[in-house]
Amino acid sequence: MAGSRSFISKLREGDEIARLITFLFAASVVLITFMLVYELWINSALPRHKFGLHFFVTQVWDPVMDQFGALPFIYGTVVTSMVALFLAVPLGIGAAIFLAELAPPRISDTLEFFIDLLAAVPSVIYGVLGVFIVVPLMRQVIYPALNKPFGFLPIFKGPSYGVGFLTAGIVLSIMLIPYIISVSREVLLSVPRDQREAALALGATRWESTWKVVVPFAKTGIMGSVFLALARALGETMAVTMVIGNTPQIAASLFAPGYSIAAVIANEFTEATGELYTQSLIALGLVLFLLTFVLNGLARLLIIVTTQKGSKVRA
Amino acid sequence: MNNRLRWRKFVSNFMLTLTGVCAFVSVSILFFILGYLLFNGGTSINWAFFTQLPKPVGEVGGGMANAIVGSAKLLLAASLFGVPFGFFGGIYLSEFSGPKVASVVRYAADLLNGVPSIVIGIFAFSLVVLPFKQFSTLAGSFALGLMMIPITLRSTEEFLNAVPSMLREGAMALGASKWKTIATVIVPAAYRGILTAILLALARVAGETAPLLFTALGNRFWSPGWVQPTASLPVVIYNYAQSPYEDWHRQAWAAGLVLLGFILIVNILARTILSRGIAVPRS
Repeated sequence: MAGSRSFISKLREGDEIARLITFLFAASVVLITFMLVYELWINSALPRHKFGLHFFVTQVWDPVMDQFGALPFIYGTVVTSMVALFLAVPLGIGAAIFLAELAPPRISDTLEFFIDLLAAVPSVIYGVLGVFIVVPLMRQVIYPALNKPFGFLPIFKGPSYGVGFLTAGIVLSIMLIPYIISVSREVLLSVPRDQREAALALGATRWESTWKVVVPFAKTGIMGSVFLALARALGETMAVTMVIGNTPQIAASLFAPGYSIAAVIANEFTEATGELYTQSLIALGLVLFLLTFVLNGLARLLIIVTTQKGSKVRA
Repeated sequence: MNNRLRWRKFVSNFMLTLTGVCAFVSVSILFFILGYLLFNGGTSINWAFFTQLPKPVGEVGGGMANAIVGSAKLLLAASLFGVPFGFFGGIYLSEFSGPKVASVVRYAADLLNGVPSIVIGIFAFSLVVLPFKQFSTLAGSFALGLMMIPITLRSTEEFLNAVPSMLREGAMALGASKWKTIATVIVPAAYRGILTAILLALARVAGETAPLLFTALGNRFWSPGWVQPTASLPVVIYNYAQSPYEDWHRQAWAAGLVLLGFILIVNILARTILSRGIAVPRS
């Protein structure tokens, strides 16, 4: 009796209605996410049945003959991302160490503000800068500098057209730096103060306490920031499309033009004729989705583990 | 021993300086980008850029009035679609839901947040473009709105949770119902944070190009209404920068400057709203 009465009075006051309306909005977010996965899965059924797992190991991408293999795109995506991480991780972590350990809070916050702004620069702008700055720079400076002394290495062999894996990797690395800095700085700041003080009290220099105590403590979280950046790199479309050269091939040389998963979708999706062609592109989209899904999950886990470790020690 | 100590101190100073250099290089990238865009875009921006339609291929001059209006329409419709889902969803998570449901919604939102923008484009294409057989402003807005949802949802929840429970209890003790408490006490207390989040979400999708490629497509003319293909600044920048024409490059720089200017101003505005103009020092 009392229960039903309170329910009615609640309803009259609008609580249940408000609850229902907000619930519908929250539930639609789940529904939308579910639909996204469902649409990708359903709309990539044709290539899945026709090519099966061969899709991932076939090098041929021939819309005319209806032959579709994802390997050159997967290769291009992985290589450009690796180049980007190779360049961005040391720089990003170095900067994060400076911001978290050395810089006074005011300076650190100001610099972090600029880093956040850098993260807000849209990828198409990076693409434009890539086309008009990095590509000519590649032809005139970077290529001669690397090809002459190291040309005997397969990765630096061959001619350069300006566009290619290395160019895309360089542009990507610039885009990743802000992400690595922001997250790593956050993780480093969560390392308890006593850890530093204990190391310094034992006679360690400032750098030794940072490098041998603080960084190992935050190691998993920093790994998380790297995974987060990697997920960004894999899914990055515009900047890569504009400078990778858009040639579906697998080449050992970093100077060679290539292609990436996101780039081929961006370029060919509207022009794809025939069900199988379109669905093969959607299958590539599904691959991209799954890759970023796994990496993002892993990254979040690592970051949570580290920041919780910090608060546990503090407690 | 003394030498060893001196060496350790040298290494320490050297490496710490190096981290400073890393930070300096990273931050200077921003100023380099800004400077370069200002230099190249500033010299090519003019009144025609804001007021005229693109000239036919090969002719010099013209502007991007249609792309600017197109972008504005896309962002408006995207906000109208994305913000309510994020805002009310966030209220549900913070005020009504149990921990289990909340974790499911949160997980879905995080998942959606991590989806590459090009995949969002595919989704919007198969959901909005294919059934209506028409590229449109609405399809593009749908894609952009989707990307705004997770950001607004998570931050709305976060800022509502940060409202002190004393306020909540005070309103309840005065006899206000729950929704009245939310509408008149809790949301107003958190509105700065929520507004910041919405602005940041807007700034983020304003520069998105990939989801628009096969939803809003592009248009060299005005796009009447909401169900026609429309031009947008990011897509025009992409197309013009890829083109072989010198004059289009010039216009791409100008458009890049306008777009980046807009995004940075919204970003700075959002952060000033949050901190009320004072830099909040981290403890």
